[in-house]
Amino acid sequence: MVEPLLNVQNLSVEYASRRGQVKAVTDVSLTLDKGSTLGIVGESGSGKSTLGFAILNLIPSPGRIVAGKITFDHTDIINQNEDNMRRIRGSQISMVFQDPLTSLNPLLKIRDHFTELFKVHSPSMSKKDAISRAGELLDNLGIARERLSDYPHQFSGGMRQRVMIGLALALNPRLVIADEPTTALDVIVEAQILELMKRLKDEYELTLILVTHNIGIIAEMADRIAVMYAGQIVEVGPTNDIFADPLHPYTKGLLESAPNIIHPERSMRPIHGSPPDLITLPPGCKFHPRCPRAFEPCPIREPLPVECKHRLVACHLYN
Amino acid sequence: MPFVQLGGCLMLSFVEVAGLRKYFPVQRGFLENAFSRKHEFVRAVDDVEFAIEKGETFGLVGESGSGKTTIGRLLLRLIEPTSGEIIIDGKDIVKAHPNELRDFRRQAQMIFQDPMAALSPRMTIGQAIKDALDIHQIGSSNTRKKMVLQTLERVGLTPAELFYDKYPHQLSGGQRQRAVIGRAMILEPHLVVADEPVAMVDVSIRAQILDLLLLLKRDLGLTYVFITHDLATANYFCDRIAIMYLGKIVEVGLRDEVFNSPKHPYAAALMSAIPVPDPQYKHQRMIPRGEIPSPIRPPSGCRFHPRCPKAFDACPMKEPGMTKISQTHFVACHLFDTA
Repeated sequence: MVEPLLNVQNLSVEYASRRGQVKAVTDVSLTLDKGSTLGIVGESGSGKSTLGFAILNLIPSPGRIVAGKITFDHTDIINQNEDNMRRIRGSQISMVFQDPLTSLNPLLKIRDHFTELFKVHSPSMSKKDAISRAGELLDNLGIARERLSDYPHQFSGGMRQRVMIGLALALNPRLVIADEPTTALDVIVEAQILELMKRLKDEYELTLILVTHNIGIIAEMADRIAVMYAGQIVEVGPTNDIFADPLHPYTKGLLESAPNIIHPERSMRPIHGSPPDLITLPPGCKFHPRCPRAFEPCPIREPLPVECKHRLVACHLYN
Repeated sequence: MPFVQLGGCLMLSFVEVAGLRKYFPVQRGFLENAFSRKHEFVRAVDDVEFAIEKGETFGLVGESGSGKTTIGRLLLRLIEPTSGEIIIDGKDIVKAHPNELRDFRRQAQMIFQDPMAALSPRMTIGQAIKDALDIHQIGSSNTRKKMVLQTLERVGLTPAELFYDKYPHQLSGGQRQRAVIGRAMILEPHLVVADEPVAMVDVSIRAQILDLLLLLKRDLGLTYVFITHDLATANYFCDRIAIMYLGKIVEVGLRDEVFNSPKHPYAAALMSAIPVPDPQYKHQRMIPRGEIPSPIRPPSGCRFHPRCPKAFDACPMKEPGMTKISQTHFVACHLFDTA
C-alpha cells in the first residue's frame, strides 16, 4: 500500500482566551493520498481553517497545537525547527488564502512578490530568471505578462486571486491548501477560478486540500470530503458516497441546507439551533443538542469514529 | 410603464420606479481638479425602471458593482437620486418633504447585511429595538417595553425577557440578525428592503432566517425588496427577479421564468456559473470572458457586448430596449429585438 502524502493523527489545537481555552480542533485524524483533492467542509467556527493552518505549522498566537502528530512525506511537521519549516512552506506545502487583498503587499509590485519568493527559496536564481519565470506563471494564469509591473490595487479581485494562486504554485509545491479561495469573489469569477484550479491541479500534479463552507464547490472539486463540526471530523469519505447517502445527521443536515438551483425543492432546509460555543462545548456528541436523531447515549458519551460503508463516521447510530 | 399590470387596468403598482439614475462623482486629487474641467461619474444606477406589487417579494440580483444596493438605498431615499421617479404607495418619494419622509421611513424599513454593524455594541437588544419606537413616538413608555417583548418573541428570540437585556456580542450571528429583523418589524412597515440579509449567516442557519422573513411577510402583509448576489437564495425567496449588470436591469421576470429559461446571455452565464451541490452534475458552463468593466466609462451599446459570446453588429452600436417575452418576462438584449 502506498504511504499517504499527509497523515494527521489526533490533532488538537486550542486558543487561549480570557474566558478559557477555545477548543478549535479536537482530536482530528485524517490521511491524504498523493494527487487527491480533499474537501474540508464546515460552518464558521468548525475548525476547518485552523486545521489548514496547523498543517503548515502556522497557528497564530495565542493558538497552540496541544496534541497530535502531523507527518508530511515522512517529515514531522509539528516538531520541526522554524528554519526547516520555512523551507517546507512554499516549496512543499503552500496556501491560498480567502482574501487576496490582505495577502498581497500593497507597496510591492506583482513582480516583486515573485522575485522575493525566489530570492528566499532559490538564492542561486538570477533576478532576470526570476522575472521571466514569474512572467511564465502569469501567462499560464491568464494575466498578461506586462502586468508584472503593476501594483495589487490595480488588479481586480479575480486577478489578485490568480496572482495568489501563482505565488502558491511558483515553487512547485506538492500540497496546496486553499482556504475559501473563492469566497470573496463574484459567482462568474468564482467559476473562472475553479476551472483554473482544476486545470492547474492536473498540470502541476498537485494534491489539494480545499477548505470551504460551500457545498457546491466541494461537490464539484473534491474526491473525498471531511465534514467538521465544533472542531471535530464527524464524517470522512468519498464525495459521491457522502452525497448519495450521508451517514452522520449533521452531514445530512448540512447537505440539505445548501442552496441548490437545479433542485430547489431539495435545498435550504435549516438545521435548528446554532453551533456551540467552543469554550463550553456540550458533553457527549457535540451535535446532540441540534440533532434530530439524538438518543440516550448522545449527551453522555462521545462517539468514536467507526468504519461504515468505506467511511469513518463519529455517531452513536453506527456503533 | 410598469412591468406587471393587473388585468390590463392602469392601476399604479405599490412601488413604481422610472428613469432612475444615480451617478456618483469620482473623487480626484487637487491638481487634477485644478487642471481639468472634465468631471467623471460612476454610473452606479443608469436608467432603471421596474414596478413591484403589494405583497410581492422582488429580488434585485447582480454581481458586486451592478448597482443593486444603490437601488435599495434610493428606494428609502437614504441617498438622493441623480434623476428619476420613485413612487411608493402613491407618494413621490423623490419630491417628498422631510416631514413626509419621517412618516415614510416608518413604513419602509431596511435590513442590512452585517448585524454586528447594525446594532450598537453599547445597547441591549431590547433598547435597540425600543429605540425605533422612541424615535417615532409610538406608544407610551409602558406599552413600548411590552411591544418589544412581543416583537422579540415574534422573531424567535425567546424567552424574550432574557434576550431583552442581552448585548449584541452575547448573541450568535443568527440571533443578531433576528434582532435586526425585529427592529425593522416593530414599526409595522409596509415595505422592507433587505440587503443581503443572510450573506453573513452560516449556511445551516440561513434557511431559518429566510423562513422567518417569509413568515413575517405572511403575517404582516409585507412587500420585500430582496437584494442579493446569491442566485440560489433569490431562487428560494423571491416571487420575481431582476438581473442587474453594470447599473442596468438586463432581465426581469417571475422566478421560474428567469431561472428555468434565462434569455439574456449574461443571465444564462450567471446561472451556469453557480456550483451545484451534486457531484454527479455535469456543468455546461458558459463563462463570459474577462471581468466587469468600469462603471465610469461603460461600454457603448449593450454594456455586456465585449464579454458576450452571442454579440453581433448591433450590440456595440445601440442600447437594447426591453423586449417582452411574456406578460411578466422582459429582456434587454438585441437577440430578442422584434422587427
